[in-house]
Amino acid sequence: MTALLEVEDLRVAYGKIEAVKGISFKVDAGEVVTLIGTNGAGKTTTLRTLSGLLKPVGGQIKFGGKSLKKVPAHQIVSLGLAHSPEGRHIFPRMTIEDNLRLGAFLRSDRPGIEKDIQRAYDLFPILGERRKQAAGTLSGGEQQMLAMGRALMSQPKLLMLDEPSMGLSPIMMQKIMATIAELKSQGTTILLVEQNAQAALSLADHGHVMEVGNIVLSGSGQDLLHDESVRKAYLGED
Amino acid sequence: MNELPQQLVNGLLLGSMYGLVAIGYTMVYGIVQLINFAHGEIFMTGAFGALTVYMYILPDGTSMLIALPLMLIGAVIVSTTVAVGAERFAYRPLRGAPRLAPLITAIGLSLALQQAVWAWYPDAKSARPFPQIDGGPFHIGDVTIQTGDIFLLIAAPVSMALLGYFVMRTRTGRGMQATAQDPDTAKLMGVNTDRIIVVAFALGAVFAAVGGVAYGLKYGQIEFKMGFILGLKAFTAAVLGGIGNIYGAMIGGVVLGVAETLATAYIADIPGLDKFGSQSWADVWAFILLILVLLFRPQGLLGERVADRA
Repeated sequence: MTALLEVEDLRVAYGKIEAVKGISFKVDAGEVVTLIGTNGAGKTTTLRTLSGLLKPVGGQIKFGGKSLKKVPAHQIVSLGLAHSPEGRHIFPRMTIEDNLRLGAFLRSDRPGIEKDIQRAYDLFPILGERRKQAAGTLSGGEQQMLAMGRALMSQPKLLMLDEPSMGLSPIMMQKIMATIAELKSQGTTILLVEQNAQAALSLADHGHVMEVGNIVLSGSGQDLLHDESVRKAYLGED
Repeated sequence: MNELPQQLVNGLLLGSMYGLVAIGYTMVYGIVQLINFAHGEIFMTGAFGALTVYMYILPDGTSMLIALPLMLIGAVIVSTTVAVGAERFAYRPLRGAPRLAPLITAIGLSLALQQAVWAWYPDAKSARPFPQIDGGPFHIGDVTIQTGDIFLLIAAPVSMALLGYFVMRTRTGRGMQATAQDPDTAKLMGVNTDRIIVVAFALGAVFAAVGGVAYGLKYGQIEFKMGFILGLKAFTAAVLGGIGNIYGAMIGGVVLGVAETLATAYIADIPGLDKFGSQSWADVWAFILLILVLLFRPQGLLGERVADRA
Protein backbone atom coordinates (compact mmCIF):
# COMPACT_ATOMS: atom_id res chain seq x y z
CA MET A 1 0.00 0.00 0.00
CA THR A 2 1.32 3.45 -0.85
CA ALA A 3 1.22 6.17 1.73
CA LEU A 4 -1.45 8.90 1.57
CA LEU A 5 1.17 11.62 1.74
CA GLU A 6 4.78 11.16 0.72
CA VAL A 7 7.29 13.95 1.14
CA GLU A 8 10.72 13.34 -0.32
CA ASP A 9 13.79 15.52 0.06
CA LEU A 10 11.60 18.64 0.28
CA ARG A 11 13.47 21.92 0.21
CA VAL A 12 11.86 25.35 0.64
CA ALA A 13 13.59 28.72 0.66
CA TYR A 14 12.67 32.33 1.37
CA GLY A 15 14.92 34.10 -1.11
CA LYS A 16 18.38 32.67 -0.47
CA ILE A 17 17.61 31.40 2.99
CA GLU A 18 16.65 27.75 3.10
CA ALA A 19 14.00 27.16 5.74
CA VAL A 20 13.44 23.49 4.95
CA LYS A 21 16.59 21.65 3.92
CA GLY A 22 15.57 18.35 2.39
CA ILE A 23 13.13 16.52 4.64
CA SER A 24 11.37 13.23 3.94
CA PHE A 25 8.43 11.66 5.75
CA LYS A 26 5.16 9.97 5.00
CA VAL A 27 1.66 9.77 6.40
CA ASP A 28 -0.44 6.60 6.01
CA ALA A 29 -4.21 6.71 5.92
CA GLY A 30 -5.71 6.60 9.40
CA GLU A 31 -2.52 7.70 11.17
CA VAL A 32 -1.71 10.74 13.23
CA VAL A 33 1.77 12.02 12.41
CA THR A 34 3.32 14.93 14.24
CA LEU A 35 6.14 17.32 13.45
CA ILE A 36 7.58 18.83 16.59
CA GLY A 37 10.35 21.31 17.13
CA THR A 38 11.07 24.82 18.28
CA ASN A 39 10.17 28.08 16.59
CA GLY A 40 11.89 28.46 13.25
CA ALA A 41 12.46 24.74 12.76
CA GLY A 42 10.53 24.84 9.47
CA LYS A 43 7.32 23.11 10.57
CA THR A 44 4.91 25.82 9.42
CA THR A 45 6.91 26.32 6.23
CA THR A 46 6.48 22.60 5.53
CA LEU A 47 2.71 22.75 5.93
CA ARG A 48 2.37 25.92 3.87
CA THR A 49 4.33 24.23 1.10
CA LEU A 50 2.14 21.12 1.24
CA SER A 51 -0.95 23.25 0.73
CA GLY A 52 0.64 25.19 -2.13
CA LEU A 53 1.00 28.61 -0.48
CA LEU A 54 4.78 28.31 -0.86
CA LYS A 55 6.60 26.77 -3.80
CA PRO A 56 9.36 24.27 -3.02
CA VAL A 57 12.81 24.72 -4.56
CA GLY A 58 13.34 20.98 -4.67
CA GLY A 59 12.01 17.58 -3.76
CA GLN A 60 8.75 15.76 -4.23
CA ILE A 61 5.32 15.90 -2.63
CA LYS A 62 2.94 13.11 -3.53
CA PHE A 63 -0.60 13.06 -2.23
CA GLY A 64 -2.64 9.95 -3.02
CA GLY A 65 0.10 9.00 -5.47
CA LYS A 66 -0.23 12.30 -7.38
CA SER A 67 2.49 14.95 -7.47
CA LEU A 68 1.40 18.30 -6.03
CA LYS A 69 4.21 20.19 -7.71
CA LYS A 70 2.11 21.83 -10.43
CA VAL A 71 -1.16 22.12 -8.48
CA PRO A 72 -2.05 25.72 -7.49
CA ALA A 73 -2.96 26.39 -3.85
CA HIS A 74 -6.67 26.82 -4.48
CA GLN A 75 -6.99 23.37 -6.06
CA ILE A 76 -5.22 21.46 -3.32
CA VAL A 77 -8.18 21.36 -0.96
CA SER A 78 -10.27 19.68 -3.68
CA LEU A 79 -7.79 16.78 -3.66
CA GLY A 80 -8.59 16.15 -0.01
CA LEU A 81 -5.85 18.05 1.79
CA ALA A 82 -7.21 20.55 4.32
CA HIS A 83 -5.09 22.99 6.28
CA SER A 84 -5.97 24.69 9.55
CA PRO A 85 -3.30 27.40 9.56
CA GLU A 86 -1.08 28.67 12.33
CA GLY A 87 -2.73 31.59 14.09
CA ARG A 88 -6.16 30.16 13.15
CA HIS A 89 -6.96 32.73 10.45
CA ILE A 90 -10.70 32.55 10.72
CA PHE A 91 -12.61 35.17 8.68
CA PRO A 92 -13.25 37.71 11.44
CA ARG A 93 -16.10 39.69 9.88
CA MET A 94 -18.13 36.66 8.87
CA THR A 95 -20.41 34.70 11.13
CA ILE A 96 -19.33 31.37 12.51
CA GLU A 97 -21.74 29.60 10.21
CA ASP A 98 -20.44 31.47 7.14
CA ASN A 99 -16.91 30.52 8.15
CA LEU A 100 -17.93 26.88 8.21
CA ARG A 101 -19.65 27.25 4.83
CA LEU A 102 -16.46 28.65 3.35
CA GLY A 103 -14.74 25.47 4.45
CA ALA A 104 -17.13 23.74 2.06
CA PHE A 105 -16.51 26.35 -0.67
CA LEU A 106 -15.98 23.81 -3.46
CA ARG A 107 -18.75 21.42 -2.44
CA SER A 108 -22.19 21.56 -4.03
CA ASP A 109 -24.03 18.86 -2.06
CA ARG A 110 -26.30 21.07 0.03
CA PRO A 111 -27.73 18.35 2.33
CA GLY A 112 -24.22 17.00 2.94
CA ILE A 113 -22.96 20.48 3.84
CA GLU A 114 -25.82 21.03 6.29
CA LYS A 115 -25.10 17.65 7.86
CA ASP A 116 -21.40 18.49 8.25
CA ILE A 117 -22.21 21.89 9.78
CA GLN A 118 -24.33 20.05 12.32
CA ARG A 119 -21.44 17.66 12.88
CA ALA A 120 -19.12 20.60 13.58
CA TYR A 121 -21.64 21.94 16.11
CA ASP A 122 -21.83 18.50 17.75
CA LEU A 123 -18.06 18.42 17.98
CA PHE A 124 -17.90 22.00 19.30
CA PRO A 125 -21.26 22.89 20.93
CA ILE A 126 -20.11 26.44 21.71
CA LEU A 127 -19.92 27.18 17.97
CA GLY A 128 -23.52 26.07 17.52
CA GLU A 129 -24.66 28.39 20.30
CA ARG A 130 -22.99 31.34 18.60
CA ARG A 131 -23.53 30.47 14.96
CA LYS A 132 -24.77 33.95 13.97
CA GLN A 133 -22.01 35.79 15.81
CA ALA A 134 -19.07 37.40 13.97
CA ALA A 135 -16.13 35.02 14.26
CA GLY A 136 -13.79 37.85 15.27
CA THR A 137 -15.60 38.11 18.61
CA LEU A 138 -14.69 34.56 19.66
CA SER A 139 -11.98 33.76 22.19
CA GLY A 140 -8.72 32.25 20.97
CA GLY A 141 -9.75 28.72 21.86
CA GLU A 142 -13.14 29.10 20.20
CA GLN A 143 -11.44 30.47 17.10
CA GLN A 144 -9.22 27.40 17.09
CA MET A 145 -12.31 25.18 17.23
CA LEU A 146 -13.79 27.12 14.34
CA ALA A 147 -10.60 26.80 12.29
CA MET A 148 -10.60 23.04 12.84
CA GLY A 149 -14.31 22.75 12.13
CA ARG A 150 -13.86 24.78 8.98
CA ALA A 151 -11.02 22.57 7.76
CA LEU A 152 -13.17 19.47 8.35
CA MET A 153 -15.96 20.95 6.20
CA SER A 154 -14.05 20.02 3.04
CA GLN A 155 -14.29 16.32 4.06
CA PRO A 156 -10.51 15.98 3.89
CA LYS A 157 -8.55 12.78 3.45
CA LEU A 158 -5.77 14.45 5.42
CA LEU A 159 -6.25 17.18 8.00
CA MET A 160 -3.22 19.39 8.66
CA LEU A 161 -3.30 21.25 11.96
CA ASP A 162 -0.69 23.93 12.56
CA GLU A 163 -0.10 24.73 16.23
CA PRO A 164 -3.68 24.19 17.40
CA SER A 165 -2.68 24.75 21.03
CA MET A 166 -0.78 28.00 20.46
CA GLY A 167 -1.65 30.74 22.91
CA LEU A 168 -4.39 28.79 24.64
CA SER A 169 -5.06 28.36 28.35
CA PRO A 170 -4.17 24.90 29.74
CA ILE A 171 -7.84 23.98 30.01
CA MET A 172 -8.59 25.02 26.44
CA MET A 173 -5.46 23.22 25.26
CA GLN A 174 -6.69 20.00 26.87
CA LYS A 175 -10.04 20.42 25.16
CA ILE A 176 -8.44 20.88 21.75
CA MET A 177 -6.16 17.90 22.27
CA ALA A 178 -9.12 15.79 23.38
CA THR A 179 -10.91 16.77 20.18
CA ILE A 180 -7.91 15.74 18.10
CA ALA A 181 -7.94 12.39 19.92
CA GLU A 182 -11.64 12.07 19.15
CA LEU A 183 -11.05 12.83 15.46
CA LYS A 184 -8.29 10.22 15.46
CA SER A 185 -10.61 7.61 16.94
CA GLN A 186 -13.10 8.39 14.16
CA GLY A 187 -10.39 7.47 11.67
CA THR A 188 -9.35 10.97 10.51
CA THR A 189 -5.81 11.11 9.16
CA ILE A 190 -3.99 14.02 10.76
CA LEU A 191 -0.66 15.75 10.26
CA LEU A 192 -0.14 17.73 13.45
CA VAL A 193 2.45 20.45 13.92
CA GLU A 194 3.03 21.38 17.55
CA GLN A 195 5.41 23.07 19.92
CA ASN A 196 3.67 21.29 22.75
CA ALA A 197 5.65 18.09 22.20
CA GLN A 198 4.24 16.21 25.18
CA ALA A 199 0.64 16.51 24.03
CA ALA A 200 1.42 15.91 20.37
CA LEU A 201 3.58 12.84 20.93
CA SER A 202 1.10 11.18 23.27
CA LEU A 203 -1.47 11.33 20.48
CA ALA A 204 0.70 10.50 17.50
CA ASP A 205 1.42 7.20 15.81
CA HIS A 206 4.61 8.66 14.39
CA GLY A 207 6.62 11.74 15.20
CA HIS A 208 9.45 13.65 13.60
CA VAL A 209 11.63 16.13 15.41
CA MET A 210 12.65 19.14 13.31
CA GLU A 211 15.60 21.40 13.97
CA VAL A 212 16.57 24.32 11.70
CA GLY A 213 15.07 22.84 8.58
CA ASN A 214 16.02 19.21 9.07
CA ILE A 215 14.36 16.16 10.56
CA VAL A 216 16.85 15.08 13.21
CA LEU A 217 14.93 12.25 14.82
CA SER A 218 11.97 10.06 13.87
CA GLY A 219 10.10 7.34 15.64
CA SER A 220 6.79 6.22 17.02
CA GLY A 221 5.04 8.71 19.27
CA GLN A 222 5.67 6.61 22.35
CA ASP A 223 9.35 6.04 21.54
CA LEU A 224 10.00 9.73 21.08
CA LEU A 225 8.06 10.55 24.22
CA HIS A 226 10.48 8.39 26.14
CA ASP A 227 13.60 9.34 24.22
CA GLU A 228 16.12 10.99 26.45
CA SER A 229 17.28 13.69 24.04
CA VAL A 230 13.68 14.62 23.20
CA ARG A 231 12.80 14.83 26.88
CA LYS A 232 15.76 17.11 27.47
CA ALA A 233 15.25 19.38 24.48
CA TYR A 234 11.48 19.62 24.21
CA LEU A 235 9.86 18.42 27.39
CA GLY A 236 11.79 20.68 29.70
CA GLU A 237 13.63 17.99 31.67
CA ASP A 238 17.25 18.19 32.75
CA MET B 1 -41.46 78.09 -2.89
CA ASN B 2 -39.39 75.85 -0.68
CA GLU B 3 -36.51 74.67 -2.78
CA LEU B 4 -34.92 72.36 -0.20
CA PRO B 5 -36.61 69.16 -1.51
CA GLN B 6 -35.36 69.99 -5.00
CA GLN B 7 -31.81 70.54 -3.75
CA LEU B 8 -31.92 67.27 -1.83
CA VAL B 9 -33.06 65.38 -4.93
CA ASN B 10 -30.36 67.05 -7.02
CA GLY B 11 -27.78 66.03 -4.42
CA LEU B 12 -29.12 62.49 -4.29
CA LEU B 13 -28.87 62.12 -8.07
CA LEU B 14 -25.39 63.59 -8.26
CA GLY B 15 -24.37 61.46 -5.29
CA SER B 16 -25.64 58.21 -6.76
CA MET B 17 -23.47 58.85 -9.80
CA TYR B 18 -20.47 59.34 -7.48
CA GLY B 19 -21.53 56.17 -5.72
CA LEU B 20 -21.64 54.10 -8.91
CA VAL B 21 -18.06 55.04 -9.68
CA ALA B 22 -16.98 54.73 -6.03
CA ILE B 23 -17.95 51.03 -6.03
CA GLY B 24 -15.00 50.26 -8.33
CA TYR B 25 -12.48 52.03 -6.09
CA THR B 26 -13.74 50.35 -2.98
CA MET B 27 -14.02 46.86 -4.42
CA VAL B 28 -10.54 46.81 -5.92
CA TYR B 29 -9.10 48.31 -2.74
CA GLY B 30 -10.95 45.76 -0.63
CA ILE B 31 -9.46 42.85 -2.55
CA VAL B 32 -5.91 43.97 -3.44
CA GLN B 33 -5.36 47.14 -1.33
CA LEU B 34 -4.66 49.07 -4.50
CA ILE B 35 -6.10 52.50 -5.22
CA ASN B 36 -6.81 52.23 -8.90
CA PHE B 37 -6.40 55.86 -9.87
CA ALA B 38 -7.14 54.91 -13.48
CA HIS B 39 -10.71 54.07 -12.47
CA GLY B 40 -11.93 57.56 -13.44
CA GLU B 41 -10.68 56.79 -16.95
CA ILE B 42 -12.48 53.44 -16.93
CA PHE B 43 -15.62 55.49 -16.29
CA MET B 44 -14.67 57.88 -19.11
CA THR B 45 -13.94 55.13 -21.67
CA GLY B 46 -17.32 53.58 -20.77
CA ALA B 47 -19.06 56.82 -21.73
CA PHE B 48 -17.14 56.88 -25.01
CA GLY B 49 -18.06 53.24 -25.60
CA ALA B 50 -21.72 54.19 -25.33
CA LEU B 51 -21.23 57.15 -27.67
CA THR B 52 -19.47 54.90 -30.19
CA VAL B 53 -22.43 52.54 -30.28
CA TYR B 54 -24.84 55.42 -30.87
CA MET B 55 -22.78 57.40 -33.39
CA TYR B 56 -20.95 54.75 -35.38
CA ILE B 57 -22.80 51.45 -35.02
CA LEU B 58 -26.52 52.14 -34.80
CA PRO B 59 -28.28 53.66 -37.84
CA ASP B 60 -29.03 57.39 -37.58
CA GLY B 61 -32.23 58.27 -35.81
CA THR B 62 -32.50 55.07 -33.75
CA SER B 63 -34.95 55.68 -30.91
CA MET B 64 -33.28 56.07 -27.51
CA LEU B 65 -35.57 53.38 -26.14
CA ILE B 66 -33.74 50.85 -28.33
CA ALA B 67 -30.40 52.63 -28.38
CA LEU B 68 -29.93 53.06 -24.64
CA PRO B 69 -29.69 49.35 -23.71
CA LEU B 70 -27.25 48.79 -26.60
CA MET B 71 -25.22 51.84 -25.56
CA LEU B 72 -25.10 50.43 -22.06
CA ILE B 73 -23.79 47.14 -23.38
CA GLY B 74 -21.17 49.00 -25.43
CA ALA B 75 -20.11 50.99 -22.37
CA VAL B 76 -19.82 47.84 -20.25
CA ILE B 77 -17.76 46.04 -22.90
CA VAL B 78 -15.30 48.92 -23.29
CA SER B 79 -14.94 49.65 -19.56
CA THR B 80 -14.54 46.00 -18.64
CA THR B 81 -11.98 45.40 -21.37
CA VAL B 82 -9.93 48.38 -20.24
CA ALA B 83 -10.16 47.39 -16.56
CA VAL B 84 -9.37 43.71 -17.06
CA GLY B 85 -6.55 44.64 -19.45
CA ALA B 86 -5.14 47.05 -16.88
CA GLU B 87 -5.24 44.36 -14.22
CA ARG B 88 -3.62 41.77 -16.45
CA PHE B 89 -0.86 43.85 -18.03
CA ALA B 90 -0.26 46.77 -15.64
CA TYR B 91 -1.11 45.64 -12.10
CA ARG B 92 -0.67 41.86 -12.00
CA PRO B 93 3.04 41.97 -12.94
CA LEU B 94 3.51 44.32 -9.97
CA ARG B 95 1.76 42.17 -7.39
CA GLY B 96 4.06 41.84 -4.42
CA ALA B 97 6.02 44.93 -5.48
CA PRO B 98 6.26 47.87 -3.02
CA ARG B 99 2.89 49.64 -2.84
CA LEU B 100 4.20 52.79 -4.47
CA ALA B 101 4.87 50.96 -7.76
CA PRO B 102 1.26 50.04 -8.63
CA LEU B 103 0.11 53.47 -7.41
CA ILE B 104 2.44 55.27 -9.81
CA THR B 105 1.43 52.81 -12.53
CA ALA B 106 -2.21 53.70 -11.90
CA ILE B 107 -1.52 57.42 -12.30
CA GLY B 108 0.46 56.75 -15.47
CA LEU B 109 -2.28 54.57 -16.85
CA SER B 110 -4.84 57.27 -16.06
CA LEU B 111 -2.90 59.85 -18.08
CA ALA B 112 -2.24 57.39 -20.91
CA LEU B 113 -5.94 56.54 -21.26
CA GLN B 114 -6.94 60.21 -21.24
CA GLN B 115 -4.39 61.06 -23.89
CA ALA B 116 -5.26 58.04 -26.00
CA VAL B 117 -8.88 59.13 -26.19
CA TRP B 118 -7.83 62.73 -26.83
CA ALA B 119 -5.50 61.72 -29.65
CA TRP B 120 -7.40 58.93 -31.36
CA TYR B 121 -11.12 59.25 -30.72
CA PRO B 122 -12.73 61.27 -33.53
CA ASP B 123 -13.25 64.92 -32.55
CA ALA B 124 -12.49 64.22 -28.90
CA LYS B 125 -10.19 67.26 -28.55
CA SER B 126 -13.22 69.09 -27.21
CA ALA B 127 -16.42 67.88 -25.57
CA ARG B 128 -18.69 65.68 -27.69
CA PRO B 129 -22.46 65.88 -27.42
CA PHE B 130 -24.13 62.80 -25.93
CA PRO B 131 -27.52 61.60 -27.18
CA GLN B 132 -30.44 62.63 -24.99
CA ILE B 133 -33.72 61.02 -24.04
CA ASP B 134 -36.67 62.93 -25.51
CA GLY B 135 -39.46 64.34 -23.38
CA GLY B 136 -39.83 67.07 -20.86
CA PRO B 137 -38.89 66.97 -17.19
CA PHE B 138 -41.07 65.23 -14.64
CA HIS B 139 -42.69 67.07 -11.76
CA ILE B 140 -43.45 65.52 -8.41
CA GLY B 141 -44.88 68.25 -6.19
CA ASP B 142 -42.26 70.99 -6.05
CA VAL B 143 -39.53 68.68 -7.31
CA THR B 144 -38.47 68.58 -10.93
CA ILE B 145 -36.55 65.62 -12.30
CA GLN B 146 -34.80 66.06 -15.63
CA THR B 147 -35.38 63.32 -18.22
CA GLY B 148 -31.67 62.52 -18.32
CA ASP B 149 -31.70 61.79 -14.60
CA ILE B 150 -34.45 59.15 -14.84
CA PHE B 151 -31.83 56.63 -15.94
CA LEU B 152 -29.73 57.34 -12.84
CA LEU B 153 -32.77 57.17 -10.61
CA ILE B 154 -33.49 53.64 -11.80
CA ALA B 155 -30.01 52.32 -12.56
CA ALA B 156 -28.34 53.22 -9.24
CA PRO B 157 -30.66 51.34 -6.86
CA VAL B 158 -31.11 48.40 -9.25
CA SER B 159 -27.38 47.88 -9.69
CA MET B 160 -26.78 48.24 -5.93
CA ALA B 161 -29.40 45.58 -5.21
CA LEU B 162 -27.87 43.24 -7.79
CA LEU B 163 -24.40 43.80 -6.34
CA GLY B 164 -25.63 43.13 -2.80
CA TYR B 165 -27.21 39.88 -3.96
CA PHE B 166 -24.07 38.89 -5.83
CA VAL B 167 -21.69 39.50 -2.93
CA MET B 168 -23.86 37.94 -0.23
CA ARG B 169 -25.52 35.06 -2.03
CA THR B 170 -23.34 33.71 -4.83
CA ARG B 171 -20.32 31.47 -4.46
CA THR B 172 -18.06 33.95 -6.25
CA GLY B 173 -19.36 36.70 -3.95
CA ARG B 174 -18.52 34.72 -0.84
CA GLY B 175 -15.12 33.97 -2.34
CA MET B 176 -14.70 37.73 -2.74
CA GLN B 177 -15.52 38.41 0.90
CA ALA B 178 -13.08 35.73 1.97
CA THR B 179 -10.33 37.09 -0.28
CA ALA B 180 -10.89 40.60 1.06
CA GLN B 181 -10.52 39.41 4.66
CA ASP B 182 -7.63 36.96 4.27
CA PRO B 183 -6.34 36.04 0.80
CA ASP B 184 -4.02 33.17 1.80
CA THR B 185 -6.67 31.47 3.88
CA ALA B 186 -9.19 31.99 1.08
CA LYS B 187 -6.85 29.94 -1.14
CA LEU B 188 -6.82 27.19 1.47
CA MET B 189 -10.62 27.07 1.19
CA GLY B 190 -10.32 26.57 -2.57
CA VAL B 191 -10.96 30.17 -3.67
CA ASN B 192 -9.13 31.05 -6.87
CA THR B 193 -7.99 34.46 -5.70
CA ASP B 194 -6.47 35.44 -9.05
CA ARG B 195 -9.90 35.03 -10.60
CA ILE B 196 -11.53 36.97 -7.76
CA ILE B 197 -9.22 39.91 -8.44
CA VAL B 198 -10.25 39.94 -12.10
CA VAL B 199 -13.92 39.77 -11.08
CA ALA B 200 -13.44 42.76 -8.75
CA PHE B 201 -11.90 44.84 -11.54
CA ALA B 202 -14.60 43.77 -13.99
CA LEU B 203 -17.50 44.45 -11.61
CA GLY B 204 -16.09 47.86 -10.73
CA ALA B 205 -15.87 48.58 -14.46
CA VAL B 206 -19.50 47.59 -15.03
CA PHE B 207 -20.57 50.12 -12.40
CA ALA B 208 -18.27 52.76 -13.86
CA ALA B 209 -19.81 52.12 -17.29
CA VAL B 210 -23.32 52.62 -15.91
CA GLY B 211 -22.02 55.81 -14.27
CA GLY B 212 -20.47 56.94 -17.55
CA VAL B 213 -23.76 56.57 -19.43
CA ALA B 214 -25.56 58.36 -16.57
CA TYR B 215 -23.05 61.22 -16.82
CA GLY B 216 -23.62 61.59 -20.56
CA LEU B 217 -27.38 61.63 -20.15
CA LYS B 218 -27.19 64.07 -17.24
CA TYR B 219 -24.81 66.63 -18.70
CA GLY B 220 -25.46 66.11 -22.42
CA GLN B 221 -21.77 65.91 -23.31
CA ILE B 222 -18.68 63.87 -22.53
CA GLU B 223 -14.98 64.59 -22.86
CA PHE B 224 -11.63 62.86 -22.43
CA LYS B 225 -10.88 64.48 -19.08
CA MET B 226 -14.30 63.92 -17.49
CA GLY B 227 -12.92 61.04 -15.41
CA PHE B 228 -10.38 63.14 -13.55
CA ILE B 229 -12.49 65.27 -11.19
CA LEU B 230 -15.30 62.74 -11.11
CA GLY B 231 -12.78 60.01 -10.28
CA LEU B 232 -11.44 62.10 -7.42
CA LYS B 233 -14.96 62.72 -6.15
CA ALA B 234 -15.82 59.03 -6.38
CA PHE B 235 -12.61 58.14 -4.57
CA THR B 236 -13.58 60.68 -1.91
CA ALA B 237 -17.00 59.02 -1.68
CA ALA B 238 -15.35 55.61 -1.22
CA VAL B 239 -13.15 56.92 1.59
CA LEU B 240 -16.07 58.79 3.11
CA GLY B 241 -18.18 55.63 3.24
CA GLY B 242 -15.32 53.50 4.50
CA ILE B 243 -13.04 52.12 1.82
CA GLY B 244 -13.55 48.41 1.19
CA ASN B 245 -17.25 48.57 2.04
CA ILE B 246 -19.55 48.46 -1.02
CA TYR B 247 -22.59 49.92 0.72
CA GLY B 248 -20.33 52.57 2.22
CA ALA B 249 -19.31 53.61 -1.30
CA MET B 250 -22.90 54.34 -2.30
CA ILE B 251 -23.71 56.05 1.01
CA GLY B 252 -20.49 58.07 0.81
CA GLY B 253 -21.44 59.10 -2.72
CA VAL B 254 -24.90 60.26 -1.67
CA VAL B 255 -23.58 62.13 1.38
CA LEU B 256 -20.98 63.84 -0.78
CA GLY B 257 -23.48 64.72 -3.51
CA VAL B 258 -26.02 66.13 -1.07
CA ALA B 259 -23.39 68.08 0.90
CA GLU B 260 -21.95 69.55 -2.26
CA THR B 261 -25.34 70.55 -3.64
CA LEU B 262 -26.54 72.08 -0.38
CA ALA B 263 -23.28 73.96 0.09
CA THR B 264 -23.55 75.43 -3.38
CA ALA B 265 -27.18 76.39 -2.81
CA TYR B 266 -27.12 77.79 0.71
CA ILE B 267 -23.65 78.91 1.76
CA ALA B 268 -24.04 82.15 -0.20
CA ASP B 269 -27.04 83.00 2.00
CA ILE B 270 -24.88 83.10 5.10
CA PRO B 271 -23.87 86.72 5.69
CA GLY B 272 -20.25 87.32 4.81
CA LEU B 273 -19.93 84.04 2.88
CA ASP B 274 -21.70 85.22 -0.27
CA LYS B 275 -18.53 84.70 -2.32
CA PHE B 276 -18.27 80.99 -1.46
CA GLY B 277 -21.57 79.71 -2.78
CA SER B 278 -20.95 79.49 -6.49
CA GLN B 279 -20.67 76.24 -8.44
CA SER B 280 -16.92 76.66 -8.71
CA TRP B 281 -16.70 76.26 -4.94
CA ALA B 282 -18.55 72.91 -5.00
CA ASP B 283 -15.34 70.89 -5.30
CA VAL B 284 -13.80 72.81 -2.42
CA TRP B 285 -16.69 71.91 -0.12
CA ALA B 286 -16.52 68.28 -1.25
CA PHE B 287 -12.86 67.97 -0.33
CA ILE B 288 -13.29 69.89 2.92
CA LEU B 289 -15.87 67.28 3.85
CA LEU B 290 -13.30 64.58 3.08
CA ILE B 291 -10.72 66.26 5.30
CA LEU B 292 -13.22 66.54 8.15
CA VAL B 293 -14.19 62.88 7.91
CA LEU B 294 -10.55 61.83 7.80
CA LEU B 295 -9.91 63.91 10.92
CA PHE B 296 -12.83 62.71 13.00
CA ARG B 297 -13.70 59.30 11.58
CA PRO B 298 -10.70 58.05 9.60
CA GLN B 299 -12.25 54.62 8.99
CA GLY B 300 -15.14 56.28 7.12
CA LEU B 301 -18.84 56.22 7.85
CA LEU B 302 -19.31 52.44 7.55
CA GLY B 303 -15.66 51.34 7.75
CA GLU B 304 -14.38 48.95 10.36
CA ARG B 305 -11.76 50.01 12.80
CA VAL B 306 -8.41 48.57 11.87
CA ALA B 307 -8.36 46.51 15.05
CA ASP B 308 -11.27 44.46 13.73
CA ARG B 309 -9.07 43.19 10.97
CA ALA B 310 -6.53 41.56 13.28
